[in-house]
Amino acid sequence: MRNVWIVFKRELISYFTTPLAYVLIIIFCFLSLSLCLFFGGFIERGDASLSSFFYFHPWIYMIFGPAIGMRLWSEEHRMGTTELLLTMPISPWEAILGKFLAAFTVLAVTLLSTIGMVFTVLSLGEPDVGVIFSGYLGSFLVGASSIAITCAVSAMTRNQITCLLVSVTICLVLTLIGFPPISDLLRGSSFLGIKLGFLADICNGVSLFWHSTEMARGLMRIQSLIYFISLIGFCLFLTSVIIRSKRA
Amino acid sequence: MIEVKNLTKQFGPKVAVDNLSLSVRKGEVLGFLGPNGAGKSTTMRMITGFLPPTSGGVTVGGDDMLEAPNLAKARIGYLPESAPLYLDMTVEGFLGFTAELRGKSGSDKKAAVDRAIETCFLQKVRRQAIDTLSKGYRHRTCLAQAIIHDPEVLILDEPTDGLDPNQKDVVRNLIREMGKTKAIIFSTHILEEVEACCSRAIIIDQGRIVADGTPQDLRRRASRAGAVHVAASGLSGGAIEKELAGLRHAARVEGSALAESFSGIVWPKPNTGAGVLAAEIYQLAGAKNLVLSELHEDQGRLDDMFRELTSGNKS
Repeated sequence: MRNVWIVFKRELISYFTTPLAYVLIIIFCFLSLSLCLFFGGFIERGDASLSSFFYFHPWIYMIFGPAIGMRLWSEEHRMGTTELLLTMPISPWEAILGKFLAAFTVLAVTLLSTIGMVFTVLSLGEPDVGVIFSGYLGSFLVGASSIAITCAVSAMTRNQITCLLVSVTICLVLTLIGFPPISDLLRGSSFLGIKLGFLADICNGVSLFWHSTEMARGLMRIQSLIYFISLIGFCLFLTSVIIRSKRA
Repeated sequence: MIEVKNLTKQFGPKVAVDNLSLSVRKGEVLGFLGPNGAGKSTTMRMITGFLPPTSGGVTVGGDDMLEAPNLAKARIGYLPESAPLYLDMTVEGFLGFTAELRGKSGSDKKAAVDRAIETCFLQKVRRQAIDTLSKGYRHRTCLAQAIIHDPEVLILDEPTDGLDPNQKDVVRNLIREMGKTKAIIFSTHILEEVEACCSRAIIIDQGRIVADGTPQDLRRRASRAGAVHVAASGLSGGAIEKELAGLRHAARVEGSALAESFSGIVWPKPNTGAGVLAAEIYQLAGAKNLVLSELHEDQGRLDDMFRELTSGNKS
């Protein structure tokens, strides 16, 4: 655990000694607030809730997660520091976990910086605090998942742009398959006489979007928690497999 | 300290390291020589546990690299080929980070960082960000990282690559000094470096060891070693060459015969020393009134040896 902490510390400091973390935090706040105010009908709704705020989060994370995570391993591969890190007396999973947790912390700081929204709705009315908490947790888990996906992709390539594009595409697919217009399309159609409604359920089940909107509505299902945690766990495991096979 | 047994590494169909075995004791500095692509770096990466071998094994201080990697790695200090560094950190920050990964903390860590900074002459840049440093400083920062935990084993991949002559000298002295108490393997293709600081040298080519011995041993194995260089005038070059070839102890003469002089190499017969042959040439010169402007034994050159061993089988 000591080694995880050491790697975590170095990685986190590196996020904040370069402009990267600050730029990302500002962009996230700007995007999430402006989308919510101009397109989410936050004011017109006349309702003290953050559902229109959280609605856009999966879309923002599609780019934001990969942008945080793309340097995790790509940068190490490019600079050759993987060789340094992995010949230290630490195991690869300690390095992977330390790095992931650092990116995770940047995400947490970012979300925390939108806390003004909570105070706004609290002063406007009497929102359901449980729903807000559930929304934040859902948003946090979607972000963490997209970082974990990016982490695995970044272990594959030394090029950060490649990593960004591939990760964004994966996140886009995982978001879109649970997007209502797509689900409705699937539900309404059939193939060779077989109704495709079951496909829509499967897609919802593996979609970042669906789980996140459900949590934004205050539905904290154990299935959703298991979904996010196993997705993150799988991606981190995949990272270790990729790092090992890259060396072989 | 370091035991390498039947180490083999294949990348697809290409065999990079082929059944290589070697051992290095404490107090030994092993120079690892070979042309580019001979498998030097691959071997070092396997010894340090970065690459898993296709077959064979490495033990460091009794700990197997595959079975107890963290114990084995803890004994090693490693300078990778390109001296990679985290560019966004300061020298001090970077060394502190590696010291922590090596299990040091608090005042112990601070002492280790200070010692490494002093050993590698980094005092002037200790608070500077690494991406603002010149190549020589970067290289030494990475070297400082390798010695931060005072390891028993040092693996240095081209430690003097890209340094200016003064810096090279500093690094060589450092290696020589540390070699007294540690087991060191370092790779290079600068042959004078091997003579300057190695107690033993290994030449590898196409993943195999082609020569192993002290630098003096290897030098003696060069084909010209032990031959006698002669330059003489007084007769026509052709005549001198004939006289030399007719000597009792001469096996073969090679050189350029000019109108008035000859210069070249005379090989002694097997079981005959160069000294005996030289004495005979000296007598010949006296008898024939030749003027000798050069007469000395070839000590053998590592360069020759290196070329002979590693260029023949490159088709």
